[in-house]
Amino acid sequence: MIRSDILKELAPTIAEHLVVCNIGLPSQELHLIDDRATNFYMLGTMGLASSIGLGLALAQDKKVISIDGDGSVLTNFGTLPTIANNVADNFILLIIDNGSYGSTGDQPTYAGRKTSLAAVAEACGCENVVECRAEDTVQAVKDAIASDKMTIIVSKCESGNIKVPVITMDPVTIRDRFMGAVKA
Amino acid sequence: MVANDISFVTTVPCKQLAGVIDAVDASPDIYHIPSNKEDEGMGLCAGAFMGGKRPAIIMQNTAIGVTINTLVTLTQFYRMPLPMLISYRGELGEPVACQVEMAVHTKALLAQLNIPTYHFHREEDVEELDKILKYTFMCNKPVAILTDASFWKGY
Repeated sequence: MIRSDILKELAPTIAEHLVVCNIGLPSQELHLIDDRATNFYMLGTMGLASSIGLGLALAQDKKVISIDGDGSVLTNFGTLPTIANNVADNFILLIIDNGSYGSTGDQPTYAGRKTSLAAVAEACGCENVVECRAEDTVQAVKDAIASDKMTIIVSKCESGNIKVPVITMDPVTIRDRFMGAVKA
Repeated sequence: MVANDISFVTTVPCKQLAGVIDAVDASPDIYHIPSNKEDEGMGLCAGAFMGGKRPAIIMQNTAIGVTINTLVTLTQFYRMPLPMLISYRGELGEPVACQVEMAVHTKALLAQLNIPTYHFHREEDVEELDKILKYTFMCNKPVAILTDASFWKGY
Protein backbone atom coordinates (compact mmCIF):
# COMPACT_ATOMS: atom_id res chain seq x y z
CA MET A 1 0.00 0.00 0.00
CA ILE A 2 1.14 3.51 -0.78
CA ARG A 3 0.01 6.75 0.91
CA SER A 4 -2.87 7.43 -1.50
CA ASP A 5 -4.28 3.92 -0.80
CA ILE A 6 -4.26 4.71 2.93
CA LEU A 7 -5.95 8.08 2.36
CA LYS A 8 -8.66 6.46 0.21
CA GLU A 9 -9.39 3.88 2.91
CA LEU A 10 -9.18 6.46 5.68
CA ALA A 11 -11.38 9.18 4.15
CA PRO A 12 -14.75 8.02 5.59
CA THR A 13 -13.22 7.65 9.09
CA ILE A 14 -11.79 11.17 9.23
CA ALA A 15 -14.59 12.88 7.28
CA GLU A 16 -16.39 14.28 10.31
CA HIS A 17 -13.24 15.50 12.06
CA LEU A 18 -10.92 18.46 11.53
CA VAL A 19 -7.98 17.43 9.38
CA VAL A 20 -4.73 19.34 8.91
CA CYS A 21 -3.01 17.85 5.90
CA ASN A 22 0.66 17.98 5.02
CA ILE A 23 2.11 20.01 2.13
CA GLY A 24 2.43 18.64 -1.38
CA LEU A 25 1.06 15.34 -2.58
CA PRO A 26 -0.74 14.34 0.67
CA SER A 27 -2.92 17.46 0.51
CA GLN A 28 -3.40 17.10 -3.24
CA GLU A 29 -4.42 13.46 -2.81
CA LEU A 30 -6.85 14.16 0.03
CA HIS A 31 -8.29 17.07 -1.95
CA LEU A 32 -8.89 14.74 -4.90
CA ILE A 33 -10.25 11.85 -2.81
CA ASP A 34 -12.57 13.72 -0.46
CA ASP A 35 -12.50 17.53 -0.48
CA ARG A 36 -14.25 18.90 2.59
CA ALA A 37 -14.53 22.15 4.49
CA THR A 38 -13.10 20.28 7.48
CA ASN A 39 -9.81 19.78 5.60
CA PHE A 40 -7.03 22.34 5.97
CA TYR A 41 -4.63 21.92 3.07
CA MET A 42 -1.08 23.11 3.50
CA LEU A 43 0.14 24.67 0.28
CA GLY A 44 3.58 25.46 1.68
CA THR A 45 5.60 25.42 4.90
CA MET A 46 6.96 21.88 5.07
CA GLY A 47 7.00 20.40 8.54
CA LEU A 48 4.30 22.36 10.33
CA ALA A 49 1.21 20.11 9.95
CA SER A 50 1.75 18.71 13.44
CA SER A 51 2.29 22.17 14.97
CA ILE A 52 -0.79 23.66 13.30
CA GLY A 53 -2.83 20.62 14.39
CA LEU A 54 -1.63 20.83 17.99
CA GLY A 55 -2.33 24.58 18.18
CA LEU A 56 -5.81 23.97 16.78
CA ALA A 57 -6.50 21.11 19.19
CA LEU A 58 -5.39 23.17 22.19
CA ALA A 59 -7.56 26.11 21.12
CA GLN A 60 -10.91 24.28 20.80
CA ASP A 61 -12.59 20.99 21.67
CA LYS A 62 -13.23 19.24 18.34
CA LYS A 63 -11.02 16.33 17.35
CA VAL A 64 -8.09 17.23 15.15
CA ILE A 65 -6.18 14.79 12.98
CA SER A 66 -2.89 15.99 11.50
CA ILE A 67 -1.81 13.91 8.53
CA ASP A 68 1.93 14.22 8.40
CA GLY A 69 4.81 12.46 6.69
CA ASP A 70 8.10 11.04 7.91
CA GLY A 71 10.08 13.62 5.94
CA SER A 72 8.05 16.50 7.35
CA VAL A 73 8.40 15.28 10.92
CA LEU A 74 12.15 15.02 10.40
CA THR A 75 12.10 18.63 9.17
CA ASN A 76 10.34 19.82 12.35
CA PHE A 77 11.70 17.33 14.89
CA GLY A 78 11.19 19.80 17.74
CA THR A 79 7.47 19.25 17.38
CA LEU A 80 7.51 15.89 19.17
CA PRO A 81 8.66 17.18 22.59
CA THR A 82 6.21 20.08 22.29
CA ILE A 83 3.38 17.64 21.59
CA ALA A 84 4.45 15.34 24.43
CA ASN A 85 4.50 18.18 26.95
CA ASN A 86 1.27 19.87 25.87
CA VAL A 87 -1.23 17.05 25.92
CA ALA A 88 -4.42 17.65 23.93
CA ASP A 89 -6.61 14.56 24.10
CA ASN A 90 -8.51 15.73 21.02
CA PHE A 91 -5.34 15.51 18.92
CA ILE A 92 -4.16 12.65 16.73
CA LEU A 93 -0.93 12.85 14.78
CA LEU A 94 -0.91 10.36 11.93
CA ILE A 95 2.55 10.06 10.43
CA ILE A 96 2.36 8.25 7.11
CA ASP A 97 5.88 6.88 7.01
CA ASN A 98 6.83 5.77 3.53
CA GLY A 99 10.52 6.21 4.19
CA SER A 100 10.85 8.81 1.49
CA TYR A 101 10.35 12.42 0.51
CA GLY A 102 7.43 11.59 -1.77
CA SER A 103 6.58 15.02 -3.11
CA THR A 104 10.11 15.71 -4.30
CA GLY A 105 10.84 12.45 -6.09
CA ASP A 106 10.98 9.73 -3.44
CA GLN A 107 14.45 10.46 -2.09
CA PRO A 108 14.97 8.19 0.94
CA THR A 109 14.55 9.64 4.46
CA TYR A 110 16.43 8.53 7.56
CA ALA A 111 13.10 7.22 8.90
CA GLY A 112 13.25 4.61 6.15
CA ARG A 113 16.72 3.60 7.32
CA LYS A 114 17.84 3.43 10.96
CA THR A 115 15.61 6.03 12.63
CA SER A 116 12.35 4.92 14.22
CA LEU A 117 9.90 7.81 14.53
CA ALA A 118 7.77 5.79 16.95
CA ALA A 119 10.79 5.28 19.22
CA VAL A 120 11.68 8.98 18.94
CA ALA A 121 8.11 9.99 19.83
CA GLU A 122 8.21 7.73 22.88
CA ALA A 123 11.62 9.07 23.91
CA CYS A 124 10.19 12.60 23.64
CA GLY A 125 7.55 11.66 26.18
CA CYS A 126 4.53 10.95 23.98
CA GLU A 127 2.35 8.51 25.90
CA ASN A 128 0.23 6.79 23.26
CA VAL A 129 2.41 5.86 20.32
CA VAL A 130 1.23 3.23 17.86
CA GLU A 131 3.25 1.88 14.97
CA CYS A 132 1.20 -0.06 12.47
CA ARG A 133 1.21 -1.55 8.99
CA ALA A 134 -0.41 0.48 6.24
CA GLU A 135 -3.24 -2.08 6.12
CA ASP A 136 -4.06 -1.47 9.81
CA THR A 137 -4.07 2.34 9.65
CA VAL A 138 -7.84 2.83 9.52
CA GLN A 139 -8.32 0.64 12.59
CA ALA A 140 -5.51 2.45 14.43
CA VAL A 141 -7.14 5.82 13.71
CA LYS A 142 -10.58 4.49 14.76
CA ASP A 143 -9.06 3.21 18.01
CA ALA A 144 -7.34 6.54 18.64
CA ILE A 145 -10.56 8.49 18.02
CA ALA A 146 -12.46 6.17 20.39
CA SER A 147 -9.78 6.37 23.09
CA ASP A 148 -10.10 10.15 23.61
CA LYS A 149 -6.36 10.19 24.28
CA MET A 150 -3.76 12.12 22.35
CA THR A 151 -2.21 9.52 20.06
CA ILE A 152 0.73 9.41 17.67
CA ILE A 153 0.30 6.82 14.90
CA VAL A 154 3.22 5.86 12.67
CA SER A 155 1.86 4.02 9.66
CA LYS A 156 4.58 2.20 7.73
CA CYS A 157 3.78 2.06 4.04
CA GLU A 158 5.48 1.74 0.68
CA SER A 159 6.71 4.79 -1.15
CA GLY A 160 5.04 5.82 -4.36
CA ASN A 161 2.75 8.46 -5.76
CA ILE A 162 -0.28 8.76 -7.98
CA LYS A 163 -0.75 11.57 -10.48
CA VAL A 164 -2.82 14.33 -8.89
CA PRO A 165 -3.55 17.90 -9.89
CA VAL A 166 -2.24 20.76 -7.75
CA ILE A 167 -4.72 22.55 -5.49
CA THR A 168 -5.76 25.80 -7.13
CA MET A 169 -8.10 26.92 -4.33
CA ASP A 170 -7.03 30.26 -2.87
CA PRO A 171 -5.33 29.87 0.54
CA VAL A 172 -7.62 32.43 2.17
CA THR A 173 -10.63 30.48 0.86
CA ILE A 174 -9.19 27.24 2.31
CA ARG A 175 -8.61 28.96 5.64
CA ASP A 176 -11.96 30.74 5.76
CA ARG A 177 -13.90 27.60 4.80
CA PHE A 178 -11.97 25.62 7.40
CA MET A 179 -12.58 28.18 10.15
CA GLY A 180 -16.28 28.03 9.31
CA ALA A 181 -16.17 24.27 9.82
CA VAL A 182 -14.27 24.69 13.11
CA LYS A 183 -16.99 27.02 14.41
CA ALA A 184 -19.93 24.97 13.06
CA MET B 1 -1.87 41.39 25.69
CA VAL B 2 -4.59 40.07 27.95
CA ALA B 3 -6.56 43.29 27.43
CA ASN B 4 -6.54 42.47 23.73
CA ASP B 5 -7.85 38.96 24.38
CA ILE B 6 -4.56 37.28 23.48
CA SER B 7 -4.82 33.87 25.12
CA PHE B 8 -2.29 31.66 23.32
CA VAL B 9 1.37 32.63 23.45
CA THR B 10 4.36 30.70 22.23
CA THR B 11 7.84 31.65 23.35
CA VAL B 12 11.45 30.84 22.61
CA PRO B 13 13.77 31.66 25.49
CA CYS B 14 15.46 35.08 25.58
CA LYS B 15 17.46 36.68 28.35
CA GLN B 16 16.17 40.18 27.55
CA LEU B 17 12.55 38.98 27.57
CA ALA B 18 12.89 36.56 30.50
CA GLY B 19 10.63 38.69 32.72
CA VAL B 20 7.96 38.88 30.02
CA ILE B 21 8.10 35.11 29.47
CA ASP B 22 7.73 34.57 33.24
CA ALA B 23 4.70 36.88 33.29
CA VAL B 24 3.14 35.04 30.33
CA ASP B 25 3.72 31.74 32.08
CA ALA B 26 2.15 33.01 35.29
CA SER B 27 -0.92 34.53 33.61
CA PRO B 28 -4.09 32.50 34.18
CA ASP B 29 -5.59 34.02 31.01
CA ILE B 30 -2.85 32.79 28.68
CA TYR B 31 -2.00 29.29 27.50
CA HIS B 32 1.80 29.42 27.35
CA ILE B 33 3.40 26.92 25.01
CA PRO B 34 7.17 27.13 24.72
CA SER B 35 8.39 26.05 21.29
CA ASN B 36 11.73 24.64 20.24
CA LYS B 37 12.05 26.79 17.14
CA GLU B 38 10.25 29.91 16.03
CA ASP B 39 8.78 28.45 12.83
CA GLU B 40 7.27 25.66 14.92
CA GLY B 41 5.82 28.37 17.18
CA MET B 42 4.28 30.14 14.20
CA GLY B 43 2.63 26.85 13.19
CA LEU B 44 1.17 26.52 16.68
CA CYS B 45 -0.10 30.11 16.48
CA ALA B 46 -1.69 29.47 13.06
CA GLY B 47 -3.57 26.48 14.48
CA ALA B 48 -4.66 28.38 17.59
CA PHE B 49 -5.93 31.26 15.45
CA MET B 50 -8.02 28.89 13.32
CA GLY B 51 -9.31 27.40 16.56
CA GLY B 52 -10.65 30.80 17.61
CA LYS B 53 -7.86 32.09 19.87
CA ARG B 54 -5.79 35.22 19.46
CA PRO B 55 -2.15 34.12 19.39
CA ALA B 56 1.20 35.85 19.79
CA ILE B 57 4.84 34.84 19.53
CA ILE B 58 7.71 36.05 21.68
CA MET B 59 11.08 35.61 20.00
CA GLN B 60 14.49 37.10 19.24
CA ASN B 61 15.36 38.97 16.06
CA THR B 62 18.02 36.34 15.39
CA ALA B 63 15.15 34.04 14.38
CA ILE B 64 13.85 36.25 11.55
CA GLY B 65 16.03 34.30 9.14
CA VAL B 66 14.67 30.86 10.02
CA THR B 67 11.06 32.02 9.95
CA ILE B 68 10.94 33.75 6.55
CA ASN B 69 9.45 30.75 4.75
CA THR B 70 6.79 30.27 7.44
CA LEU B 71 5.90 33.97 7.58
CA VAL B 72 5.48 34.07 3.82
CA THR B 73 3.87 30.70 3.00
CA LEU B 74 1.72 30.30 6.11
CA THR B 75 1.03 33.49 8.04
CA GLN B 76 0.89 35.86 5.07
CA PHE B 77 -0.32 33.45 2.37
CA TYR B 78 -3.33 32.36 4.45
CA ARG B 79 -3.75 35.90 5.81
CA MET B 80 -3.44 35.29 9.53
CA PRO B 81 -2.73 37.80 12.30
CA LEU B 82 0.41 37.33 14.35
CA PRO B 83 1.85 39.85 16.79
CA MET B 84 5.58 39.16 17.09
CA LEU B 85 7.06 40.60 20.26
CA ILE B 86 10.72 40.56 19.34
CA SER B 87 13.79 41.07 21.46
CA TYR B 88 15.92 43.35 19.29
CA ARG B 89 19.36 42.08 20.20
CA GLY B 90 22.45 43.73 18.75
CA GLU B 91 21.32 47.32 19.36
CA LEU B 92 22.87 50.01 21.62
CA GLY B 93 24.03 48.48 24.88
CA GLU B 94 24.60 45.05 23.33
CA PRO B 95 27.57 43.24 24.91
CA VAL B 96 27.77 40.37 22.38
CA ALA B 97 29.29 41.33 19.01
CA CYS B 98 27.72 38.44 17.12
CA GLN B 99 24.23 39.74 17.90
CA VAL B 100 24.99 42.87 15.87
CA GLU B 101 25.47 40.77 12.75
CA MET B 102 21.76 39.89 12.71
CA ALA B 103 20.63 43.26 14.07
CA VAL B 104 21.92 45.05 10.96
CA HIS B 105 19.68 42.85 8.77
CA THR B 106 16.59 42.80 10.98
CA LYS B 107 14.71 45.85 9.73
CA ALA B 108 15.75 45.26 6.12
CA LEU B 109 14.39 41.71 6.22
CA LEU B 110 11.13 42.80 7.83
CA ALA B 111 10.79 45.59 5.25
CA GLN B 112 11.47 43.13 2.41
CA LEU B 113 8.68 40.93 3.79
CA ASN B 114 6.28 43.91 3.98
CA ILE B 115 5.79 43.26 7.68
CA PRO B 116 4.59 46.36 9.58
CA THR B 117 7.37 47.04 12.07
CA TYR B 118 7.44 49.10 15.27
CA HIS B 119 10.60 49.78 17.25
CA PHE B 120 10.31 50.31 21.01
CA HIS B 121 13.38 52.28 22.10
CA ARG B 122 12.13 54.51 24.91
CA GLU B 123 10.03 53.37 27.82
CA GLU B 124 6.99 55.42 26.75
CA ASP B 125 6.95 53.66 23.35
CA VAL B 126 5.03 50.88 25.09
CA GLU B 127 1.98 53.15 25.05
CA GLU B 128 1.52 52.16 21.41
CA LEU B 129 1.32 48.45 22.15
CA ASP B 130 -2.46 48.41 22.57
CA LYS B 131 -2.97 50.11 19.20
CA ILE B 132 -0.45 47.83 17.51
CA LEU B 133 -2.24 44.71 18.75
CA LYS B 134 -5.62 46.04 17.62
CA TYR B 135 -4.07 46.89 14.24
CA THR B 136 -2.65 43.36 13.90
CA PHE B 137 -6.00 41.65 14.44
CA MET B 138 -7.73 44.23 12.26
CA CYS B 139 -5.54 43.60 9.20
CA ASN B 140 -4.74 39.88 9.70
CA LYS B 141 -1.01 40.30 9.14
CA PRO B 142 2.13 39.42 11.03
CA VAL B 143 3.34 42.58 12.77
CA ALA B 144 6.77 43.00 14.36
CA ILE B 145 7.41 44.86 17.61
CA LEU B 146 11.16 45.26 18.04
CA THR B 147 12.12 45.95 21.63
CA ASP B 148 15.73 46.93 22.25
CA ALA B 149 17.99 47.01 25.31
CA SER B 150 17.43 50.75 25.91
CA PHE B 151 13.70 50.08 26.10
CA TRP B 152 14.06 47.24 28.59
CA LYS B 153 16.53 49.15 30.77
CA GLY B 154 13.55 51.04 32.17
CA TYR B 155 12.05 47.82 33.49
